[in-house]
Amino acid sequence: MIPTRVYVAVFFALLVLTAVTTAVSFVDLGGPFNVITAVTIAVVKMLLVALFFMHLRYSSRLTVLFAGAALFWLGIMIVLTVSDYLSRGWVGPFEAMLR
Amino acid sequence: MKAEKLDIPLQPRIHYLNVNYGIKSWLLTTDHKRIALLYLGSITFMFFIGGAAAVLFRLELMTPPGDLVISETYNKLFSLHGIVMVFFFLIPSIPATLGNFLVPMMIGARDLAFPRLNLASWYLFVAGALFTLGAILAGGVDTGWTFYTPYSSVYSNTFVVATIVGVFIAGFSSILTALNFIVTIHTMRAPGLTWFRLPLFIWAHYATSLIIILGTPVVAITLTLVVLERVFRLGIFNPALGGDPILFQHLFWFYSHPAVYIMILPAMGVISEVVTCFSRKRIFSYRFVAFASVAIAVLGFLVWGHHMFVSGQSVYASMIFSLLSMLVAIPSAVKVFNWTATLYKGSVIYQTPLLYGLGFIGLFTIGGLTGIFLASLGLDVHVHDTYFVVAHFHYIMVGGALMGYLGGLHYWWPKISGKVYPEGWAKFAALVVFIGFNLTFFPQFVLGYLGMPRRYHAYPDEFQVLNVMSSAGASILGVGYIIPMIYLIWSMRYGKAAGPNPWDSPGLEWQTPSPPPTDNFERTPTVTRDVYDYGERGRG
Amino acid sequence: MITEREAVAETPGAVAHQFDDFAQQHEASTLGMWTFLVTEIMFFGGMFLGYAIYRSAYAEVFGHASNHLDIVLGTVNTAVLIASSLTVALAVHAAQESKRRALLFFLALTVVLGLVFLGIKFTEYYHKYEENLIPGWRFQYPEGNAHHAAIFFSFYFAMTGMHALHMIIGIGMFLVLGVAAWKGRYSAVYYTPVELAGLYWHFVDIVWIFLFPLFYLLGRHS
Repeated sequence: MIPTRVYVAVFFALLVLTAVTTAVSFVDLGGPFNVITAVTIAVVKMLLVALFFMHLRYSSRLTVLFAGAALFWLGIMIVLTVSDYLSRGWVGPFEAMLR
Repeated sequence: MKAEKLDIPLQPRIHYLNVNYGIKSWLLTTDHKRIALLYLGSITFMFFIGGAAAVLFRLELMTPPGDLVISETYNKLFSLHGIVMVFFFLIPSIPATLGNFLVPMMIGARDLAFPRLNLASWYLFVAGALFTLGAILAGGVDTGWTFYTPYSSVYSNTFVVATIVGVFIAGFSSILTALNFIVTIHTMRAPGLTWFRLPLFIWAHYATSLIIILGTPVVAITLTLVVLERVFRLGIFNPALGGDPILFQHLFWFYSHPAVYIMILPAMGVISEVVTCFSRKRIFSYRFVAFASVAIAVLGFLVWGHHMFVSGQSVYASMIFSLLSMLVAIPSAVKVFNWTATLYKGSVIYQTPLLYGLGFIGLFTIGGLTGIFLASLGLDVHVHDTYFVVAHFHYIMVGGALMGYLGGLHYWWPKISGKVYPEGWAKFAALVVFIGFNLTFFPQFVLGYLGMPRRYHAYPDEFQVLNVMSSAGASILGVGYIIPMIYLIWSMRYGKAAGPNPWDSPGLEWQTPSPPPTDNFERTPTVTRDVYDYGERGRG
Repeated sequence: MITEREAVAETPGAVAHQFDDFAQQHEASTLGMWTFLVTEIMFFGGMFLGYAIYRSAYAEVFGHASNHLDIVLGTVNTAVLIASSLTVALAVHAAQESKRRALLFFLALTVVLGLVFLGIKFTEYYHKYEENLIPGWRFQYPEGNAHHAAIFFSFYFAMTGMHALHMIIGIGMFLVLGVAAWKGRYSAVYYTPVELAGLYWHFVDIVWIFLFPLFYLLGRHS
């Protein structure tokens, strides 16, 4: 059984991270780094909630596999879809020759 | 060679069908076997609704001009056919009937992990079906089962919202069934039943359930967004308001491509069982077939862009999707080779389930190979949105999945009903189905290649002969479907008692009476040998 | 007259007839909830993907539109929801230790925090209504590309609305569990429903953990 103090510690960590992410948002970190920072902090918060509040850290490998698989599948959906949008308008070597 | 000779009566006095009577005992049942029969009734009903729509539009297509119905009605007919057949027949068919009945039995369990959730999933199916039927009666939709935007989200004047609500609810039903299967297979296997002793039917349903869990929610949210767009006039998928219709297609096909594997994998599971039993031989390379099921499920999520080659998707993304689509054919081919190798030098018995099985292997192969044509980027540009595509998927869905369903229904009918169906009529019906099917759909390959577009209610004169052949085939096919309905129901009353194991199969489901008692087994069996153990003569 | 099977089933710690023992039942229930959460991840994930595509396509407009959201209320709400995750974890803990009063206290606190969140959320929605920023309902955006801004707000309402719906369902679940807890159904012997409801609630919290920065914070630096 997980002691209460672990939960309280995680809670305070989450509050601190929330304050940090809000404060940092007012600073322009340049280009993509604003999004990257915000998402990274969110991922850390997610991991804290998942590992400790949701007991993933103490769960069977199967449970962790299920949670991981969901994130992986979400990743597949995002990556392949975004790859379409990113590659529109690319010109390949043969096309470039014809232009 | 079977497991220890159990003293199983030929005709059990008390079993799951007669343990109690009355409509409440059926509508409030939590017995997975009764729920399977509830589903059997509902999906058969929906099959005839979808089939009726097909009758009407195949009648229209007998002549080149659009003279039976106006084009708007024609659009509604093919939309109805697609929506009902995909969401209310093919997706639930094998999992909700044969899967619900057999998954607990094949793993030696008393029921699924969550019996009340199972009943809830049937009620959700019925609710979804009623919503959609209501929408159809009110006037239906003309968007096609694919609901492409912005037509579905902005311009169509048909009952899009009501139809989508029905589909959404049915999707939830599907998710609950899959959830039940996954948890049951993971946690409730009998002692000694390791993963590699599981029947391939179980592997197939496990893989199918993975797809349902990961894919269905995406189409659910996508269709929800379409509804919100319609109701609140948002611009998410409407280019006039800055929205992107291609985004809809990405989100829609992310589910709808894996959905076709939801429809075929369970049928492949049936074929694995049928082929091994009627060759009296262990399946060739069990592990490869098991892994192939999972591989199909995983790879199936990586190919959806092949539905979008001409949509405006980038060429480079299309090339990746094209390559991945070729790859997904490999595990399917592995299965076909393994089934064939199982039959080779087996003691083949040509009973009805195997006839459907052989039909499946041949027709699925044709459908699968034509899928390679479509996966090829350059070729697809010419045949996209033609009857070539229609023929391809009907070879898989009807020549494959539906024949797998019929084969499975016949194979396990003795277990489900305790009765034997008339073999002569069954073989005849299988032949009628095979002939009718090919006459209906082979001409469509030619039509598509010659350029006839799909979803058109009128066509140039030169396509008439092939269309008439196709419509004639459809009527024969229809007869082929009605015959089993008649004799299966007849057999419930007048059929001979089947006994526990009419096919002499080593599977766990055959080591208990037909029909089974409510808790399936007298005592939980312990599994000590490999699945498909046909003894000395099984070492083919 | 209830059957013997039903009477047994009513007993806390009883094992449902399809399971062999309590451990199997617990394992199955937990796996079942996680499987359901997998579907929820994909459900919300689809909307996150759509939002991401438009955010990169219309970055500037989305940035400006984002500044219309109240960062104070958003941050407060984030803290409220995180606190409710703590109270849920403490409720499960209390059930594990058979502490009925503590369990009831933390369940009640969770419900209260959840209602506070919803109250703040609906206040924000009302402000948007007053500012004519609800797409499809007298939407007006004079300071830039109205269509693109409308897409931002469409996703805002769709995603926070779907999130709020999930919270309402969660609060409902906790109320039902509260009644059962009051009747003494949960203790160290059997507290699975509390545990599973907790998993659901934490998931809903995680969704908000991503919604908050993506909607409220991405335009603040300009």
